[in-house]
Amino acid sequence: MGDAPAPPRIAPRASPPGRLGAVVRYGRRNLSLVVGIVLLLALALFVGLGQVFVDTAKARPLSAPALQPPSFEYPFGTDRQGRDLLATMVAGTPLTLRIGFIAGFLGVGIGAILAFVAAYYRGAADVVIRGIADIGLTVPGLLVLIIIAVSIKEGLTVDQMAVIVASLAWLNPTRTIRAQVLTLRERSYVEVARLSGMSGPEIIVKELMPNLLPYLGATLVNAVSNAILASIGLEVLGLGPIESPTLGMTLYWVNYNAALINGWWWWWTAPIAIILAVFLGLFFLTVGLDEIANPRLRRSV
Amino acid sequence: MHAGYVAKRLGVFVLILWLAATLNFFLPRLSGMDPVRQKLLAQAQLGGYVQTGIEAMVKEYDQRFGLNKPLWRQYVAYLADVSRLDFNYSIANYPRTVNEMIAEAIPWTVGLLGMTTLLSFAIGTFLGALLAWPKAPRWMQWLMPPLWALHAIPFFLFGLLLMYALAFRFGLFPMFGGYSAGAFPGLTLEFVTDVLAHAILPALSIVCVATGGWALGMRGMMVTTQGEDYVIFAEAKGLKSLTIFLRYCVRNAILPQTTALALALGQILSGAVLVEVIFGYPGIGTVLFLAIRENDHFLIQGIVFMVIVALGLATLLLDLIYPLLDPRITYKKA
Repeated sequence: MGDAPAPPRIAPRASPPGRLGAVVRYGRRNLSLVVGIVLLLALALFVGLGQVFVDTAKARPLSAPALQPPSFEYPFGTDRQGRDLLATMVAGTPLTLRIGFIAGFLGVGIGAILAFVAAYYRGAADVVIRGIADIGLTVPGLLVLIIIAVSIKEGLTVDQMAVIVASLAWLNPTRTIRAQVLTLRERSYVEVARLSGMSGPEIIVKELMPNLLPYLGATLVNAVSNAILASIGLEVLGLGPIESPTLGMTLYWVNYNAALINGWWWWWTAPIAIILAVFLGLFFLTVGLDEIANPRLRRSV
Repeated sequence: MHAGYVAKRLGVFVLILWLAATLNFFLPRLSGMDPVRQKLLAQAQLGGYVQTGIEAMVKEYDQRFGLNKPLWRQYVAYLADVSRLDFNYSIANYPRTVNEMIAEAIPWTVGLLGMTTLLSFAIGTFLGALLAWPKAPRWMQWLMPPLWALHAIPFFLFGLLLMYALAFRFGLFPMFGGYSAGAFPGLTLEFVTDVLAHAILPALSIVCVATGGWALGMRGMMVTTQGEDYVIFAEAKGLKSLTIFLRYCVRNAILPQTTALALALGQILSGAVLVEVIFGYPGIGTVLFLAIRENDHFLIQGIVFMVIVALGLATLLLDLIYPLLDPRITYKKA
């Protein structure tokens, strides 16, 4: 605008040479990617070390005295049903991530296929697919998931939970990937491929997919995050796998026993801290991947 | 406005309602058993003073949705009920109908959700525009990281933290419910302030988180708009930078925000349901939560359907208002 543009923030400074240096230099420019990866690595480290040093059998009820505040023996304390909360977190974090990953992969997989078919072939398929995705997105997802979960409430497992969440997880990827493919399909190299006799599926797999990989990556991370959010939502409402110590189920018990009002602060601090790390890590990872996928969008933060 | 567009948009609305009703009907029956009937039978066996009423309900239910009837007859009967917005009695709170219970909860949810959505949209859009303004004070840039971080957190999680910090630790606000136990509901100053005090924390947890999203969206749009040729032309003409900012940039960047609002309503509502549950706020979310606990299928189906109707209407209205805001859109066939 009227003012002179701000001087470039990244002054050329002495960076360490070599490949590591290049990574460090890139990390300096793409700080969100670094923050995201660090947060997720810390989580992985916690779970990994925990699996080795902590007895996850203690995540079952009645395996420890009830309602112990954090102590040397129970670093995260215990809950009212006598679960060791450290063991619960170590056992539950991978379960919650598992739901997110299964649902996220299914969602992006199905979404990508539909999006490629819709955007590459256009015509009736496009009208139908886009119509369903657009309508589905205006409906509050959690409520539809509630109806599904209530119908098969008895003895839900973690994997069934993932499939339930996946049943809506493809809507958003379909919509956003379709928009990307629409801009790609007009590029001249796609035209060349078409003229040189490549078939539709071949063009999709060999020409379009590779160019969208970073974007698909960002979409996947986003989908995983949304799936975890949806699963925790269902669990807090009491529609989760009751037997499993997932993070959302822990919050359900927190709410069920009114731990907050009763001053049992250790019961909810651990799950909330981990959930925060999951969401923030995934969010910053998406932002970082977005930047790789579309460097022209560079945000001057 | 083009009549064809309005008709098409209304068609989509009806389609959504039909889909919602169909899901409501078929999903519980997919498992082969009828969980609705089972719950009814279980409730009838509990006995109590409403016994005869529940038994009558089982009889009527069997008569209309019994397994001796072909599925399509049951389906038609269900659609007929839904189109009259008749969701039967609440199974767990027998003499009360589903509609009564929804009607009681709706003002709370509409109040909370309406206020917070408007507030966060207005504040966020304003903040986002400022963030992209070259003349904005330098410290405003420091707002970005917290806004980003907040916006990635679920409403209810932030609500839990607020509840602990502001209500439990410092006792600034009431922790739970929509009004104090024993308060006499009515249009007295005392009751109104009581209700407002109870609403502050749930509202705050939605507004703080949602504002970040709107601010980020607006800022992104502003950055794009500022690169447009007409802005450069305005600069070249020597227009005042405030004029360019308000009349050229903000005015154009705000339009996609309104579209985004229509798309985000469903998500906001999903988040607000959990906030209500955490705070025990007497709105739709809490009623739904209790209904899930009691396996009260009629109530769950009724709430889900009514919420989808309400949101569908809201989106419809926003879509119809949009061409009035943006004269470039006429919805005429090109």
